[in-house]
Amino acid sequence: MTTSAPTAVVPSVARTISTTASRGKKRLTSPWASLAAVVIAVLWTLPTLGLLVTSFREETDIRRTGWWTALSDPTFTLDNYREALGRESGGGGLVDYLVNSFVITVPSVVIPMVLAALAAYAFAWIHFPGRDFLFIAVFALQIVPIQVTLIPLLTLFVQGDVGEFVRIWVAHSTFALPLAVFLLHNFMRDVPAELIEAARVDGAGHVKTFFSVVLPLMTPALAAFGIFQFLWVWNDLLVALTFAGGTPQTAPMTVALANLSGTRGTDWYLLSAGAFISIVIPVVVFLALQRYFVRGLLAGSVKG
Amino acid sequence: MALAVVVFLALIALVLFLIGRISGRRGDRAVALGFVGPTLLLVAVGLVYPALRTILQSFQQADGSGFVGLDNYQFIFTNSDQLTVLRNTALWVVVTPFVATGIGLVYAVLIDRARVEAFAKALIFLPMAISFVGASIIWKFVYEFRPEQGNIQQIGLLNQVLVWLGFSPQQFLVNAPWNTLFLIAVMIWVQAGFAMTVLSAAIKAIPDDIIEAARLDGVSGVGLFRHITVPSIRPALVVVLTTIGIATLKVFDIVRTMTGGQFDTNVVANEFYTQAFRADQGGIGAALAVVLFALVVPIVAYNIRQLRASEAR
Repeated sequence: MTTSAPTAVVPSVARTISTTASRGKKRLTSPWASLAAVVIAVLWTLPTLGLLVTSFREETDIRRTGWWTALSDPTFTLDNYREALGRESGGGGLVDYLVNSFVITVPSVVIPMVLAALAAYAFAWIHFPGRDFLFIAVFALQIVPIQVTLIPLLTLFVQGDVGEFVRIWVAHSTFALPLAVFLLHNFMRDVPAELIEAARVDGAGHVKTFFSVVLPLMTPALAAFGIFQFLWVWNDLLVALTFAGGTPQTAPMTVALANLSGTRGTDWYLLSAGAFISIVIPVVVFLALQRYFVRGLLAGSVKG
Repeated sequence: MALAVVVFLALIALVLFLIGRISGRRGDRAVALGFVGPTLLLVAVGLVYPALRTILQSFQQADGSGFVGLDNYQFIFTNSDQLTVLRNTALWVVVTPFVATGIGLVYAVLIDRARVEAFAKALIFLPMAISFVGASIIWKFVYEFRPEQGNIQQIGLLNQVLVWLGFSPQQFLVNAPWNTLFLIAVMIWVQAGFAMTVLSAAIKAIPDDIIEAARLDGVSGVGLFRHITVPSIRPALVVVLTTIGIATLKVFDIVRTMTGGQFDTNVVANEFYTQAFRADQGGIGAALAVVLFALVVPIVAYNIRQLRASEAR
């Protein structure tokens, strides 16, 4: 990990007095450092807390006073959530959009996961002509911004009369593949070659080797990618705006919220509740599977 | 949804079953095709072809009827609104990565080996799970403005703080050029957690020996940070900076949700959407997308060179 650090200085002296090493591990503990850390932590937490408190306040209170006054005079209600979720008038209820988010997300996670796992296996363990070139080509496609692909892709979809959900599934799956293949290929290469060879010698074909040897070992990597992709798809606005058509039949939560934010910027009682309905699912997934997510993050960026 | 997943899995199973029947060394190519084929097909149709089409389209009229040479690009680089868009994008991509990485780095160092490290990390990391739309709404509320008159109280925290301090409330999202910085703050808020996580891992990978040696040489505190920590994690810093830089170039949700690009806050990624899908200016939209592409390429190229360099060691 070191480049220019003074590794040459590492003296045997440091090892001999290892008793001080534990003391050397002591971090910066000046009160200013602690204060700075607390300030950052507060700045990062307060905005979310404010909106969360707001989402449980009465509509009139929200309009008249700041959310912090609720801490001294707490009157809370679930009305905002009830109305945001189930508004009948004008079809503005968010339940439809919430369901759409699930319908969009699940296939958009499963499809690239399966395809990328197969491709990564082939790139790592099957010899075929042009393998290295194709792998690099797929990897390099990561630099194509989604924006570059949207207009022609929409034309293709319209010409092919492809339904809205299928459009989004295909688009999300496609955009995810370069990174997914790269990440899974990295893990795939870490599988000891002896394992694969042993399976091959025992007469297992690639399909059997993939399912019985490689796939079980890959579970953590697949989980890491799955969380990545889940968050990305669930939180996406651009692809949904372009391909979902913005109707309660096909548009996800993000589109509904963006619209709500644009046209009803002052309806904080609806907007705050709506925002939290959309936030709660990715946050739960994220917190539950944080370990895998962080590992996936580090696999992609930090070597060693 | 369930049906789609089942159909897809059945298709894949069928393909695998068929190629599983093919045995022997000669079959390797067919097997490889079965494994890689679907991925290659999707990226060819969904990424390569559209990218080439868009590049072509950027030289065409809005309806794609004829070629106009560089007119679309000329429009982007001369029209005053478009120049504002470019200027804002430059501001975003210069400010966001450095500030987000800086905060992430400082925080990672400050909480390293602290008793509440895991919890402290979660606080900063959590915004990453929130969509840009959600984050925009959260911050729009922080910036919320109420005119200063009568009995009207502020409901946005930032303006209330100003009032408490004796200043008058501001329309943070309206007054250019500062409003762009207030939008950038949202991106920094989201990305600092990413920087913190990666850099924290890099810091933990610094061998204790080095730190100990430096301490014996009398280096401590800020000196340790500057002369040991930062040089040691340089590769990770480069990766974080470039990753956030690329993400920043492409982000449009924040601008779209918070100001809709009004009040001189527009950026290339949002203007692309407006031109291509709202204003029916496919040619200009395509040209904007190509500009975005052109901006991403050097950042990625540099990133890959750094990665190669660090792997070659």
